[in-house]
Amino acid sequence: MSITTETLVLPASSPPRASTRRSRDLPLIPIAILTVIVLTAIFANLLAPHNPEVGSLTARFRPPVWQAGGSMNHILGTDQLGRDVLSRLIFGARVSLVVGFTAVIVAGVIGTTLGILAGYIGGWVDQAIMRLTDAWLALPGLTFAIFLAAIVGPSMWNIVIILGAVYWTRYARVVRGEVLSLKEREFVRLAVVAGCSKMAIMRRHILPNVVNSAIVLATLMLGVVIVTEASLSFLGVGVPPPQPAWGLMLSDGKQGLMVGYWWLTVMPGCCIMLMVLSANLLGDWLRVKLDPQLRQL
Amino acid sequence: MSNSTLSSVSSDPRPSPAVRAGRPLLEINNFSTHYVSAQGTRVVRAVDDVTLRVNAGETVGIVGESGSGKSTLALSILRVLPTAAQIVSGQLWFEGEDLVRKTDAEMQNVRGKRIAMILQDPMASLNPLFTIGNQVAEPIRVHEGANRGTAWRRARDLLKAVRIPSPETRVRQFPHEMSGGMRQRIVGAIGISCEPRLLIADEPTTSLDLTIQAQYLNLLRDLQREHGLALIFITHNLGIVAKMCDKLVVMYAGRVVESGPVSQVFNAPAHPYTRALLNAIPRMSDRRERLTAIEGQPPDLAALPRGCAFAARCPDAFDRCRKETPPEFSLDGGRTTRCWLTTAATRSGAA
Repeated sequence: MSITTETLVLPASSPPRASTRRSRDLPLIPIAILTVIVLTAIFANLLAPHNPEVGSLTARFRPPVWQAGGSMNHILGTDQLGRDVLSRLIFGARVSLVVGFTAVIVAGVIGTTLGILAGYIGGWVDQAIMRLTDAWLALPGLTFAIFLAAIVGPSMWNIVIILGAVYWTRYARVVRGEVLSLKEREFVRLAVVAGCSKMAIMRRHILPNVVNSAIVLATLMLGVVIVTEASLSFLGVGVPPPQPAWGLMLSDGKQGLMVGYWWLTVMPGCCIMLMVLSANLLGDWLRVKLDPQLRQL
Repeated sequence: MSNSTLSSVSSDPRPSPAVRAGRPLLEINNFSTHYVSAQGTRVVRAVDDVTLRVNAGETVGIVGESGSGKSTLALSILRVLPTAAQIVSGQLWFEGEDLVRKTDAEMQNVRGKRIAMILQDPMASLNPLFTIGNQVAEPIRVHEGANRGTAWRRARDLLKAVRIPSPETRVRQFPHEMSGGMRQRIVGAIGISCEPRLLIADEPTTSLDLTIQAQYLNLLRDLQREHGLALIFITHNLGIVAKMCDKLVVMYAGRVVESGPVSQVFNAPAHPYTRALLNAIPRMSDRRERLTAIEGQPPDLAALPRGCAFAARCPDAFDRCRKETPPEFSLDGGRTTRCWLTTAATRSGAA
């Protein structure tokens, strides 16, 4: 909301120079957070002080360093198996990033393609795709994901495909709606009378105009996908246990919450929150950036 | 329309190009497009038995009230009708080929390349996400397979041709950075980008103010001269027709009620509807305090009355008008009209 009002007010004052505008517009905090997460994921081997999958049972439930009983050896404490929480968070960034982003992209590609086909071609294609979408939406997402996971077995890439297969419907719906209104716009008609084929129109005129909505939706879906991944991991059909994933850590630490082992849930929880929040802010900025009309203001 | 044209067309459905040489560029024969409801119970005769000629380099103005079938006729020529519309009968001869018989793939090569169209609202005809150059170059790339560089250079020349100042910078700008008049000229540039033989302009100036309108019309006329374009100009504005067109076609309720050279039709309208339209033009010299209007409403195209569609509003209607539909009479000077009042003396031969 704040972004809309800001851009509406701007043209009244004299527009600042392009260079200053660009640096002021950049969402520095989300970019910084995401950069840190990405770098952490890439250099996990170098950064992690301990092996994330092996713990010492004699060192279970150590609190973080600033609490009584904590030590520099385990800065963020240890979990129920004595594994270093910091190391697990560092390696978990890898899993969460890969699963979160790829699943969102897989869902986005499937949903956007089907949405454009349904919206632009219409007729029985539209009917078929939208009835399929309706049927898909009628299935409870998590249950459906568990069902799929039970069939294909737990592994990180299976989770990506499952999440993509479960969540494409939202993209399809949103995109189809956009396409229906785009189809009636004059520039699409002009492309038709200029002799463009249906494929060319969908690719050149429809797709670029729905990408914005798809990206905004993707940033919202990122949170949902990461939480679903956590749920699947908790139920034992997600990322297989010795591998560290933020969702898995969150679920594992749940029992500890009542007896004061707060760091087992709060730490991965904070990581998830920061990543989702940054992705949302970045997506919002991207939405404005991708629209040449808003970009100029 | 002469009988010989009709019989030759029906007896020989695919004449060789040589036979068709000397023929008009576009020849529409007894052409009908109807909108049919999903159950097939309601039929709207949007274009009904239209016959029309457009010669190379000629400007034909089509006028008529909203809903008289002007736009449907234009969309029919390019075969880009909405799904509910069907071409029911007739032929569209264009450069010796019947467009009605062409496949969709073949039509794609006609649209934009041999027949181009400017839409009703050119202000919204540009994709907001692409630069001007990109969009002007698009038909060139689609139809001629030109590479990016060539198409881009052509786009720049086209912008120059439609008198866009500093085309080098404008090609790189986005539609929202242009004024309405400029955007319109850009749409014109897209229209002529593949050097079509025929340009259909569907009310291209309705969204413009008067000075820009005049500029744009001059531009269209210059482009037409330079490129030898034939122009079909669809409009409500008889003033524009008088300024721009060689030939006038008046449509009412999906039919052509009168056609002929502009000066002749303006000086001596043969159909009462044309006369009423001309009377409705406000004049500076006029002392009357109210504007003249044509009383009544155009008929429902799904339930046309018997006889002449204009009979209910016609001051001169008599019994026959309400019973029989008038055929298209040919008059002297290549004119036609659909009115029972056409006297035998003025007819050059009954259709």
